[in-house]
Amino acid sequence: MKRLAGYYCFAIATLMLPLLFPDSYYVTVVGVTVCTNIVLAVSLNLLMGYAGQISLGHAAFFGLGAYSSAVLTIKYGMNPWLAMTAGVIAVTVLSYVLSRPILRLKGHYLAMATLGLGIIVHIFFVQADQFTGGPDGISGLPVLSILGYPIDSDLKWYWTFAIFMLASVLFSLNIAHSRSGRALAAVHGSEIAAQMLGVDTAKVKSHVFVFSAVLACITGSLFAHQQDFVSPESFSFFFSIELVTMVVLGGLGSTFGAVIGAILLSLLPEVLLVFEDFEVMIFGAILMVIMIFLPQGLFVAMEETFFRLLKRKSQGSADVTS
Amino acid sequence: MLHVKNLNTRYGPIHVLKNVSLHVNQGEIVSIIGANGAGKTTLLVSISGLITPVSGEIIFEGQRINGISPAKIVSLGIAHAPEGRQVFSPLTVMENLRLGAFARKKASEQEIEDDIGEVFSLFPRLRERQDQTAGTLSGGEQQMLAIGRAMMAKPRLLMLDEPSLGLAPKLVEVIIKTVVDLNSKGTTILLVEQNARKALEISHRAYVLETGRITIQGPASELAEDSEIRRAYLGKDYRDISER
Ligand SMILES: Nc1ncnc2c1ncn2[C@@H]1O[C@H](COP(=O)(O)OP(=O)(O)OP(=O)(O)O)[C@@H](O)[C@H]1O
Ligand SMILES: [Mg+2]
Repeated sequence: MKRLAGYYCFAIATLMLPLLFPDSYYVTVVGVTVCTNIVLAVSLNLLMGYAGQISLGHAAFFGLGAYSSAVLTIKYGMNPWLAMTAGVIAVTVLSYVLSRPILRLKGHYLAMATLGLGIIVHIFFVQADQFTGGPDGISGLPVLSILGYPIDSDLKWYWTFAIFMLASVLFSLNIAHSRSGRALAAVHGSEIAAQMLGVDTAKVKSHVFVFSAVLACITGSLFAHQQDFVSPESFSFFFSIELVTMVVLGGLGSTFGAVIGAILLSLLPEVLLVFEDFEVMIFGAILMVIMIFLPQGLFVAMEETFFRLLKRKSQGSADVTS
Repeated sequence: MLHVKNLNTRYGPIHVLKNVSLHVNQGEIVSIIGANGAGKTTLLVSISGLITPVSGEIIFEGQRINGISPAKIVSLGIAHAPEGRQVFSPLTVMENLRLGAFARKKASEQEIEDDIGEVFSLFPRLRERQDQTAGTLSGGEQQMLAIGRAMMAKPRLLMLDEPSLGLAPKLVEVIIKTVVDLNSKGTTILLVEQNARKALEISHRAYVLETGRITIQGPASELAEDSEIRRAYLGKDYRDISER
């Protein structure tokens, strides 16, 4: 219970926002983007932060989910849920097949391989224009409905994304304290030592890779329906890097780190709009300052400070009573 | 229990183990002694499956285990406390111990708690430090953790690679005593030790490994009296040292 106290606060805040500001553009529209980025960052953190395997191609799986939904519903008239399932199956198979050879690589080589994967998938979206609509993308997805209720307003989309995001965050928090989470941490620590304890490291790495890919894929499907439009631009190499930045900025290996990183990187551009031409420059400067002064990540640094203060306070009160 | 027959292991062009044959009977403590670079670690790593031997056989309880995955070998009942500690630094003592039980899929939470309690009663220091991250433990504490973690696998055969490396004499005693304890509770032990005198004292049998070949083998008490071994591994004045 105590362990999840932070999560409950976060969940309540997320669900309260639209009740407090039902007509706000920031809540409903920006909120969906924030939720999307949170799920993507949290899923990437499972792979990067927990298992210690870098990926510079995470946007590829996000894109594959989005395009599966868009292409199968628009070009082939498939039911949206069926299309989403087809996307999930395709991504499961693809990521599983790729995971074994790719995750045998380490460090810079793994970074290169995943980077390549991201670029290839992006080029595919651009080039396979008879399916994907090429650089212009495709639009006109059917309305997604849950148990007969169509998701047809910004507010309903917010709820959908918020619940999906909260479920993903809860899952990620729980996995850290499970047997699988310890296996991931062992792989991160030392693969040899992990094997000595009976952890099948190749299997663990492949499972977390597939899992994080599938989570990104589902997010992509929802995103495509919500945007009602997909184009290759949303799934480029730059977006993969942005996701890595979110995870690192918030604090590698911490679920809430990924959450905070995602929120910050999603909101900062909106706030910085007032600086007009200097927006990107200031954005970069902020990132640099954070990483120089808080190299362990924003959230992890905040958490440490919080516990230090808490400790000092409890020590202080103990002194008083004694 | 464990039979190694004509084992050959190489790292690329370097031929490390040359026709090594040995066996460990149920209930024994068997030591392997040898100079630095003789291939002791390589032998243990070959048995636990982290490196695949080029030829020969490793048979554990009647089953051929060379070529199968390290994870599978652990679940068959062989645990390996590796050389140089190899604890998971960012994880706590508790988490490290729980990871030790990773291969015991069927064990209940209660059983694991009990086993952790047993490790703590052997190494009370670990109990005090249970929530500390392993990276911040002292070298000796890390060594205790590495042994405790291997015990958590509840192995029938426990392989220890230089468990007393770099420890103060008093801690060496604790470790040696723990090994004897574990053995008397039914765990068979394959021990690699630099401290050959101590190892021979507690072992039933021993093998001497010299540049990848077994050159001498026999009951530990006989080996301890062997003049060549005394000269090479125990040091001329080993009695003087031991009396201190
Ligand atoms: N990964 C490796 N690649 C190449 N050579 C290796 C590798 N590991 C060990 N060796 C070589 O194999 C030989 C045996 O090494 P091993 O670690 O088994 O020795 P050891 O008997 O355990 O020595 P020590 O008492 O110093 O721990 C050494 O000459 C070593 O250099
Ligand atoms: Mg060695």
